[in-house]
Amino acid sequence: MRYSGVSLLTQALRRNRNWPAFVATPEMSPTYDIVIIGGGGHGLATAHYLAANHGITNIAVVEAGWIGGGNTARNTTIVRSDYLLNASFALKNFALKLWSDLSQDLNFNIMYEPRGYVDLAHSDGELEHFTVRANAMIMGGGDAQILDCDALQQRVPELDLRTGKRFPISGALVQESGGVVRHDAVAWGFARRASAAGIHIFQNCPVTEIHVSGGKIHGVETPRGRIACKQALITVAGQSSAVAELAGLTLPIDSINVQAFVTEPIKPALDTVLNYNAGLSYISQTDKGEFVLGGATDGYNSFAKRGSFERIEDVLARAVQMFPFLSRLRLMRHWSGTADIAMDGNALVGRTPIEGLMINGGWGYAGFKATPAVGWCMADLLATGSMPDLLAPFAPSRFETGAAQDDAGIGPYPWLH
Amino acid sequence: MLLIPCPHCGPRDESEFVYGGATRAQPALDGKTTVQDWQNALHQRTNPRGPIEELWFHSGGCETWITVTRDTLSHQFSDAP
Repeated sequence: MRYSGVSLLTQALRRNRNWPAFVATPEMSPTYDIVIIGGGGHGLATAHYLAANHGITNIAVVEAGWIGGGNTARNTTIVRSDYLLNASFALKNFALKLWSDLSQDLNFNIMYEPRGYVDLAHSDGELEHFTVRANAMIMGGGDAQILDCDALQQRVPELDLRTGKRFPISGALVQESGGVVRHDAVAWGFARRASAAGIHIFQNCPVTEIHVSGGKIHGVETPRGRIACKQALITVAGQSSAVAELAGLTLPIDSINVQAFVTEPIKPALDTVLNYNAGLSYISQTDKGEFVLGGATDGYNSFAKRGSFERIEDVLARAVQMFPFLSRLRLMRHWSGTADIAMDGNALVGRTPIEGLMINGGWGYAGFKATPAVGWCMADLLATGSMPDLLAPFAPSRFETGAAQDDAGIGPYPWLH
Repeated sequence: MLLIPCPHCGPRDESEFVYGGATRAQPALDGKTTVQDWQNALHQRTNPRGPIEELWFHSGGCETWITVTRDTLSHQFSDAP
């Protein structure tokens, strides 16, 4: 069913009893051309673009949980492309272009709001570094502005710019096309279109074995039966190491806890996304009025999905530096996700040593913003067999060749996150 | 919040520590080490869901590297430090 004003009215007159489920529940076939392991945003986007761009629909997406139940719905919904160096910028800026049209493309309101992403600088030196970054972004086809304190105060009136603080604010880099996207709608929207195109999506269906012989992939085992395939993609976020191990692969990944918080709702006070850079604390206000906050990782290996108080204090202290009125709000909810992070803090996307088996992981806590671009490019790779330029720098073999990715534009250094 | 059992200082708050990651064996410097050996030692991770033997630097205490075993699912430290 195509969603429109007419369908809304028709269904309303029928008392909303006949809305079809947006993901079909098909019978599993014994063979598919491509098996996508992981029904998160990235996996579903890959499935959608395989159908939409390449006409390939004999695909199974197998998801251990349910659609919109994993990391896609655990992030702080921010999309942006404010990176200095080409590899990171190009992929995320392509994603930003896709985000802007995605509601129309998917016929599903993903609520992309380009309300601007404001990255705060805390010294003149940092502001100069941001200026270099803004110029690089503009030359790469992105949008960026540098605001001094007066302009910043006009852009974000509630921001506390008083001097005399431990980390004074010197200005900001603003990307007006950055903003927020409703994260679970992304998973739902891609799933709905992929399902409508004939792609089979299986929820509550974990992969228990990956069959490899002669250096090639032959299929996967699930509780619902064996699936034979010539190509498969592992795109399982925090479970990357465990699933790759099923194929006998060891990944250069550590899984680390990342926390996020939501305050009680208040009237609109913040119409942009802010990031505090002395330490890390990012904040935005939802349409419901809650403030969504996030920060750095907890910093040690964990699958516990619960975080340390130390990081909570850290994130909130910085948020209060930006907006002192936040100190009077209570946290309503607090949750964690498992982020898989490589040594250089960047993603692992591309081929594995096993023929036909691709991987897309290691996105840490930066994967959401890249969702449609990764799906688009990964669909190209699976359909044509040639590596898209946007993905090539993220090859999992880059550590062997010494081509570690410099994500922050400050030189590639280990333990970035 | 982790309460890390430091063998020198007793149980201490995680904020006193810097994380050093899982313990790992370095290849011998005998000229026979291959690129793959270094790749495995420097970058590849077992990343277990369960007990992990790991390093912490007690920067806010005895200033030594300690080795502990912690369960990554429950955050419980096993008794032997």
